[in-house]
Parts: sequence; C-alpha cells; structure tokens
Amino acid sequence: MSRIAARFAELKTRGRGALIPFLEAWDPDHATSMALLRGMPEAGADLIEIGMPFTDPMADGPIIQAAAKRGLAAGAKVAGVLEMVRAFREADEATPVVLMGYLNPILSYGPERFCADAARAGVDGLIIVDLPTEEADLLLPFSSANGLDFIRLIAPTTDDARLPHVLNGSSGFVYYVSITGVTGTVTASVEHLQAAIPRIRKVTDLPIAIGFGVRTPQQAGSASRIADAAVVASALIDTLSAHLDADGKALPGAVEAVLDQVRGLAAAVRKPKV
Amino acid sequence: MNKPIGLNSLRSGPSDRGRFGEFGGRFVAETLMPLILEVERAYTEAKADPAFEAELGQYLTHYIGRPSPLWFAERLTKHLGGAKVYFKRDELNHTGSHKANNCMGQILLARRMGKTRIIAETGAGQHGVATATMCALFGLPCTVYMGATDVERQAPNVFRMKLLGAEVKPVTSGAGTLKDAMNEAMRDWVANVSDTYYLIGTVAGPHPYPMMVRDFQSVIGEEAKVQMQQAEGRLPDVAVACIGGGSNAMGLFHPFLDDESVRLIGVEAGGHGIETGQHAASLTGGRPGVLHGNRTYLLQDDDGQIIEAHSISAGLDYPGIGPEHSWLHDIGRVEYVSATDQEALAAFQLCTRTEGIIPALEPAHALAYVTKLAPTLPADQIILMNLCGRGDKDIFAVAQHLGVKL
Repeated sequence: MSRIAARFAELKTRGRGALIPFLEAWDPDHATSMALLRGMPEAGADLIEIGMPFTDPMADGPIIQAAAKRGLAAGAKVAGVLEMVRAFREADEATPVVLMGYLNPILSYGPERFCADAARAGVDGLIIVDLPTEEADLLLPFSSANGLDFIRLIAPTTDDARLPHVLNGSSGFVYYVSITGVTGTVTASVEHLQAAIPRIRKVTDLPIAIGFGVRTPQQAGSASRIADAAVVASALIDTLSAHLDADGKALPGAVEAVLDQVRGLAAAVRKPKV
Repeated sequence: MNKPIGLNSLRSGPSDRGRFGEFGGRFVAETLMPLILEVERAYTEAKADPAFEAELGQYLTHYIGRPSPLWFAERLTKHLGGAKVYFKRDELNHTGSHKANNCMGQILLARRMGKTRIIAETGAGQHGVATATMCALFGLPCTVYMGATDVERQAPNVFRMKLLGAEVKPVTSGAGTLKDAMNEAMRDWVANVSDTYYLIGTVAGPHPYPMMVRDFQSVIGEEAKVQMQQAEGRLPDVAVACIGGGSNAMGLFHPFLDDESVRLIGVEAGGHGIETGQHAASLTGGRPGVLHGNRTYLLQDDDGQIIEAHSISAGLDYPGIGPEHSWLHDIGRVEYVSATDQEALAAFQLCTRTEGIIPALEPAHALAYVTKLAPTLPADQIILMNLCGRGDKDIFAVAQHLGVKL
C-alpha cells in the first residue's frame, strides 16, 4: 500500500480527516523551508505538500507567486527540491509528501527521469497544475511505473459528464479546487462544499482533499469533515512572509510561528464531530 | 485559386488534440479546461455557419476596412537595388494593425456564446486597442492586462484604450511585459469563468486559440495572394513577416504553406543581439517547453524556468511563440531569422523616408531583414512583406532611442 493510501486508511480508523499543510521549497531559503518541512509532522501535518517554484505560476494568487519568487531567488532547482525530500525521509518514513508544481520544469528535467528520481527521493504523489487529463500521457506512464500517485484536480467548473474522464487513471487522493479563482483569494462556502463533495464521491472511492481558500482552523476543520482532507497554503505563507525582514530573510521565530499555526489547524481537524 | 486542403497539405493542422506535430495542446488548469472546450465547440459551430462568415465579412469590409491594399514599394525597391518589394498594408486597418482581424472574429464569437465581459492581454497595446475598440462597438465591458513596463513605453495606446472605455490593469509581476500580462489575464479568467471571454491576441495559448486566431488572420495571406496575381500575375517568391507570438506571420504564411515555390521567412526580435542573451527570439535561442497553455519553443534556463525576453518592440517582447510556428520551424517549411533593435530602428527610419509610411517597430523588424535580403536577389524576384502595424504609437519610444526630446 502506498504511503498516501496507508495514511488515509489509518485516519479513517481514527474517524477524522487529514491536514495537509503546504510549504514552498526554498522559501525564503533552503534552511528555513527544510526546518518547516521537518517540523510539520510533529506539529500535526498528516500529509505535506511542497510547492516547486516556477516563474509563471498561473493558478496562484499574489501570496504564492511571491513565495515562488523568493524560492527561485534563493536558488531552488528541481533537483534541489527532490534533495529536500530525500533529506526529510532520513528521519520520517511515514508522512506522505506530495509535490505541487507546473509542468515546464519537469519537462525540462525530463519526465521519466523526474518520476524515477522523485520516487527514489521518497516523494509519494504529484499535483501538476497545468497538466489536465487531456495531456496526462506526457507524465502518467512514468509516474505509474515509479509508483507515484498522480493526483487530479477537480474544479467547480468540472461538470458531472466530465468527472469520470478527469478521474480516469487518478490515484492517491482527489484535489478539489473549491473556488473558481487563484490560490489565497476567496473561500468556498460550507454549502458549496456540501453540494460539491458528494458529487465527486459518486464517481470515485479515493479520498478527497479540499484546497484553495482554506485559511482558518475552523475552515480546515469543516473542510476535513465534509471531505477527507484540508489543504492550507496561502495562510501559512502569509505568516511566514510576516516574519521576514526587509531583505526577505527569515527573522528568528519564523519557523515556530508557522508551525504554531499548523498546530492550531491540526487541533481543529482533530476536534471530534459535533 | 487555393489548392484544396488534403491529407498531404501543411494546412490541415491541428489534430483534434490541438497539436501541430508535437506542439500546441491544452496545458491549462482543470478550472479552465471546460471553458476552452466550450470555446472550441462554439468556434467549430460558428465556422460551419455561413451566417457567421457573412456577419464577419460585413464587419471586416465596412468597419475594419478590408481588403487592405497591396503596395509596390518602388522607392524602397530602388534604394535596396534587388528584388521588388511589396507591402501588404495591414497597418491601414481600423485601429492601425492586423490585430483588428482577430478581435472582430473573436468578439462575434463571444457574442454568440452569450459572454458579457471581455478580457485581453496586450504587449505594445495594439491588441488591447483593437479589443477595446470592438468592445466599444458592441457595448461590452473590457479589461486589458498590460505589463507595467509596457504601460510606460506605450503610453499613447494606454490612453487610447481608456478613451475607448476599457479598464487597463498594469501588471507588475515578472518584468512587467507581455508574458506577465498573459499570466494575469488567465488568472482573471479562472476567477470569472461564467461571464467572461478571454480574447487572446496571438496564435498562442491553449487549443483552439492558435488555430482560431490563425483562421481569423489568414485573410491577410488570402487577400495578398489574389492581389499579387492581379499585380504581377504570379505568386511572390518570398513572404516575410515579423514574429512575437506570430499572428501576423501566421496570417500571411498560412495560405502559402502549400505553395512550395514561396519561401516563407519569419523575423524574430533579436533585441541587443542573440549572442547577448537579451532578445525575444524563441526559435533561434530557445527550446521546447510548456507555457500559457501550449507546448512550443520557449526562452528558458537549464531548469525550465522562463527567461524574460527583451525587445525594443513591446509587441515582440515575449519568450514564446505560437505552436504552429514551432512545428513549421522543425519541419523546415518556414525559415526563422532575427533582427536586432538597432536594425529595426534603422528600417523604421528608412521606410518612413522612402515610402512615407511610418511602420510600427514590430514590422520594422521584418523590414530590417528585407533590407538585407532584397539586394541579394535578382530584380525579377518578388518579396511580399506584411506591414502589420503603423508606427504612430512608437514615435515617442523611437525619439527616445534616437536621443530626440519631444
């Protein structure tokens, strides 16, 4: 069983959903993002999503755009992101790690080589924002061959007729982009989520994570109960960026501030159902 | 007079996956995927509807002012001392460039689709002005994304767009040029999926845009073919056009793709020179990758990060190129060369003085190459160049480069 499947199965027996915090690799530097990554499981992360910086993050709002820019300025490279995961795996064999990014750096690295190296480093799944099902054959054969989960995005615009098509060949979990918009902007209503998630459940048995616009502990708790997991990204990066000096360097306490926020989110996800 | 498009034609692309060879495709976030499929369906229906063609034809004739003339540039030809040079005068279109052809086609499509808000990206502002113009004509709200750098160097066009009622949103991310404007337009589209139509200005982006924009621009080459028959009784020997995203070039080249006797030459922006790394020549200095919804040649570093382009011309300042050009490059049907900022400036002045036509800095790149090519060819050869835009918008930038204070 893959790490992702094992983790969701384990959480199911505990009767709760997952918290998936996000960090952007190399934001604002390698040491800080490594410390965040290492600290997240203890702070309550059930899975971890690592953003791979790209110059043109078209699905991201200003907060993650800025994080990607800082990451690139600090020297983030595809190989460096994989090396981060390898270093993380030295001490943590259980927490699933998912990479989220855009296609071009992966194409440039070589899709086959990327999937092989990612699997070897201990990556569990891939979310490639600009690789829809229609183009998935560029990567899917290599991710499958290397045992990486290919996580599909479902949007509010994905209608019922399209859902089975999009989910064809998906594995790990399904990522529900809960708003029509870029990351870190607006938040979906509980009513919207309560209608959207059952619609997806009709066509898949995979766990469903809700992302885009999940910011507060309350929202994370609610999303993890309506679906199976909540992804929190921009809200954490907001905290990190508030702990940077004028040159963009991390101030003392930056890592703890973000991890404290993860703890708050984790507590809300762990709260028993009312 | 056009040959029918058969299986062996170079004009039969793209495939139903939107591919030209290995280029093109639909690399967009899932949120946008249903939208571009909707655009594709609507366009396919419109293309098959004679009423759509008739409506577009009416507007092209009476509002845009087509056909644009074919002009024998006699003094320039004498000056260069070689092949005869003809200009396809798309700078005479309403709004001053070839961009109007595509904007009119797409806005009629957006109306058919029931869309009530239009967004666009622009570099030099020519596409933005054309879009704002059509939106004024049809009473549709219009938002144009424009890089902050371009807002500064194309101030007249910014004011024009505002006069036309458009909202111009300066984009400060990246280098604040066309690439960044396109990112921001796509972000807007993702956030406003229900009512908004994204009117892309060039033969790039996710399928069906490269095909659709090419179809709307092909009127340039189709007219030129007929006009050249009337003027010279034959096809040109060479057709030349400048390339940023490549819409005016695709519009000129596409009707000639199956005419083997016609050499096709696309001129990319060489900026400070290819060897300096500061240029916008994706085919000459880039390699294949994925950006803005399509697989195509891109300026990128060793790790697949996109490199900022540089050109004196805001309209060519883009690190990518339409996917059909990438394919035509790889199969060798079209030759792609480059002209530097300085060469374009020289051609700009030459054209103004010998022909009394102030060209935009974009076609000045094409002309720069023509000034090199024409003298090497015999006098009975014919060069057809697309003069795709007029240069009124550029006179301030040119004055600055020439050290003249206005």
